[in-house]
Amino acid sequence: MASHTATVGHEQEATTEHSHGHVTNTGLSNEKLAMWVFLGSECLLFGALISSYFLYRGRSTTGPGPDDLFDIPFTSVSSFVLLMSSLTMVLALAAIQRADYRRLRIWLMATALLGATFIAGQVYEFTTFIREGLTIRTNLFGSSFFVLTGFHGVHVTLGIVMLLSLWNLSVRGRLTRERTEVVEIVGLYWHFVDVVWIVIFTVIYLIPT
Amino acid sequence: MTTVLEPTVGPVPPEADDPGLLRRPSDPRGVWSWITTVDHKRIGILYGVTAFVFFLLGGIEALLIRLQLAKPNGQVLSAEAYNQLFTMHGTTMVFLVIMPMSAAFFNYLVPLQIGARDVAFPRLNAFSYWLFLFGGLFLYSSFFLGGAPNGGWFGYAPNTSITFSPGHNIDFWIFGLQLLGIASTAGAVNLIVTMLNMRAPGMTLMRMPVFTWMTLVSSFLILFAMPIITVALFLLMFDRNFGANFFNPVAGGDPLLWQHLFWLFGHPEVYILILPAMGMVSEILPVFARKPLFGYPVIVFSGIAIGFMGWGVWVHHMFATGLGPVAISAFSISTMFIAVPTGVKIFNWVATIWRGSLRLNTPMLFAMGFIAMFTIGGLSGVTHAVSPHDRQQTDTYYVVAHFHYVLFGGALFGIMAGIYYWWPKIFGTLLDDRIGKWHFWIWLLGFNLTFAPMHLLGLQGMPRRIYTYDDSLGLKALNMVSTVGSFVIAVAVLIFMYNVWYSTKKRRVVASNDPWDGRTLEWTIPSPTPHYNFAEIPLVHSVDDFWHRKYTEDENGRPVRVESTDVAAALPPGDEPDAVGHSGYGGHGGGHEDPPGIHLPSPSYYPILAALSMPVMSYGLLYGRDSGQNYLVAVVGAVALFAALYAWGLEPSAEPAEPAEAEPAEVPAPVGAPAPEALDAGGAPVDGAPGGGAPVDGSGH
Repeated sequence: MASHTATVGHEQEATTEHSHGHVTNTGLSNEKLAMWVFLGSECLLFGALISSYFLYRGRSTTGPGPDDLFDIPFTSVSSFVLLMSSLTMVLALAAIQRADYRRLRIWLMATALLGATFIAGQVYEFTTFIREGLTIRTNLFGSSFFVLTGFHGVHVTLGIVMLLSLWNLSVRGRLTRERTEVVEIVGLYWHFVDVVWIVIFTVIYLIPT
Repeated sequence: MTTVLEPTVGPVPPEADDPGLLRRPSDPRGVWSWITTVDHKRIGILYGVTAFVFFLLGGIEALLIRLQLAKPNGQVLSAEAYNQLFTMHGTTMVFLVIMPMSAAFFNYLVPLQIGARDVAFPRLNAFSYWLFLFGGLFLYSSFFLGGAPNGGWFGYAPNTSITFSPGHNIDFWIFGLQLLGIASTAGAVNLIVTMLNMRAPGMTLMRMPVFTWMTLVSSFLILFAMPIITVALFLLMFDRNFGANFFNPVAGGDPLLWQHLFWLFGHPEVYILILPAMGMVSEILPVFARKPLFGYPVIVFSGIAIGFMGWGVWVHHMFATGLGPVAISAFSISTMFIAVPTGVKIFNWVATIWRGSLRLNTPMLFAMGFIAMFTIGGLSGVTHAVSPHDRQQTDTYYVVAHFHYVLFGGALFGIMAGIYYWWPKIFGTLLDDRIGKWHFWIWLLGFNLTFAPMHLLGLQGMPRRIYTYDDSLGLKALNMVSTVGSFVIAVAVLIFMYNVWYSTKKRRVVASNDPWDGRTLEWTIPSPTPHYNFAEIPLVHSVDDFWHRKYTEDENGRPVRVESTDVAAALPPGDEPDAVGHSGYGGHGGGHEDPPGIHLPSPSYYPILAALSMPVMSYGLLYGRDSGQNYLVAVVGAVALFAALYAWGLEPSAEPAEPAEAEPAEVPAPVGAPAPEALDAGGAPVDGAPGGGAPVDGSGH
């Protein structure tokens, strides 16, 4: 928000402000506040899923278990890729704030591609696990692992769709600096999904059973 | 960064010709205007009417249950039919009656009480309603598609797992509740943003009417509780559809996981059901006692406290599951503690009517009935907190008595009070007070006849959820009383319906703007509410602002009606019955100029289309278990949803104001070029340039 206001200060037209919504009681636009509120709800969604995973850690009655399957270096790399996408997201936002639409598109696409790389890694991981004998039906670990990481994967995929939509709008010249906030709101969602992954990665891969 | 300023603010993107798939609806009348409406008032009415129809269905289910239990070894229903009916009765009354009835009031009243012209996201609001309707119809379609859900409204796994419930009954319940959960969550986001962001100037949080406050607390509870049951339902769906093991004890799955998730949702849910009614009663009592609400801040903070503490008591639903003495003691104590803010509210309400000059109109009777009946339910609730006592009551009719006293005696009494109280504002006519009083007394009698004996039946050991009982158990007489009582309630409901017919068709008593001498902003505007709500956005100076505009105090502290010109303005010409419905409110402020250019959000097809695609997806997923091909139906639904959301996102919230495109008849045409604020219906999200926001945040519009 702070950076946004600063940018507006540089602009000549006062009218720019109104594209960010009416003057509101909180100072946040309705759209941005709605995204924050929605992310609050998402916290509980992932909270309940992560709790369920925690409850079932190490309680499978049959194998294979995490120690038989996890390739932690591989997943660490794909996690790093996802975290880097938060950086490119910030760069995209910075680009639109200074109306540098070429770089906006570059960074939006970079973010989407980094996200897609992460998803590709997840698909690879899932298929490997399935080949090695772990499906959602195999045991408690399989059920809770696939559902939790799959849920997160769906969130990342939706984020990629949003990013590509923004990219497409920008190509068609319909994502101008007055709409900076749209990029910011998608960014909020994207960062949230990244932060959740840090928690999930820690819970699933890093904490020893 | 400033260096790149030059080529920056490109001309506003070229006016892309309407990117939408469908021509924007524009007819202000007729069925299509209701289907495509984004007006919070119409959506509120739709919510109310739909919820009332579901109330009748849930009531019929209840009557069948009571007929079956009227005599020992009843033959009216089979065990299976009984299971379906009690499951659907509970599910209906919670998700399809009380929650949407509250949503009806949220939608209609919150913008009026905070001085706004609509909610933050009018199309999202329409989407919530349609998804609620389709979710309800989806749930009820199960009766024709192989049998309704039969696992209780709590759906305890693994009883609801595929091993023990192989049919589709439970699947309908799972997907139906998912749809309703999405609808409620979207509604909650919308209302929270509306209340936090769109209050009229001067309407600080601590000047908001208590009903709006309770809506805010309730919305936060919905926001945080719904995802938890969403997860529980997802896990169960993965178990049933894809062979996961979450609730499979053979694989080590823990049945208590379901109970924890369900009740971590379920207990906040009961506050979601009761807080709006508490809010309504807090509005009604001061008006009919002609006194300010006793301890407004305390009532507000008690509501907030209930909202927080409601998260720490869920285990009292599980005292009999053997969680161990520490957990049980902790949750016993927290459950006793939550009675404190509730008790505080009750004392505040009593203090509000204490020595007031009471007018015992129907809304007031229902509100006082609420206090009395809810207190009884609250007291039996405290007995559940005592865990040794609870062990005796768990799964008996005592529990059934308790929660009917809080949900029927509480929530439904409050909602009835609200219906009688706000009816004139919504429809412009008063409900007949004489018939209303008959309604109240018969309703009160029937309610107590039905549910008071259940306390005794429970203490005598009659278990819940059984479809019959033996003659030798000595439960005969009280069950018969209870069944008779349930039909007395049915008579009261018929009287209410007769009253609605009588008061709107037969003997219309046209309501003034302010028929009850109200205290909040909705009474400053004409009845029924004009399309644009407020000709001028009000300026608020205090709690009960309207009251203070109408009354001052004499030296003895007694209210004296103000007769200044200012107040004449506060009571616009619409006060005279013949002016009702006309936009005479333009006189507010002295002159007779037209209301300033008001541009409201435009109707849209996309909310209903998006909502319609979701049951399609659900049917596909539900029948996918029988044959993989059926998943294609789900894919079709998903594509349709995606298309609808995309088109929604590309469609501006409001069509640009053109003088030619006048709003519906009762709205004055926009005057002159739209000033920035004129473009915006009280903060509704009008994107600066036509063409709308990006599709991605479109789901938020």
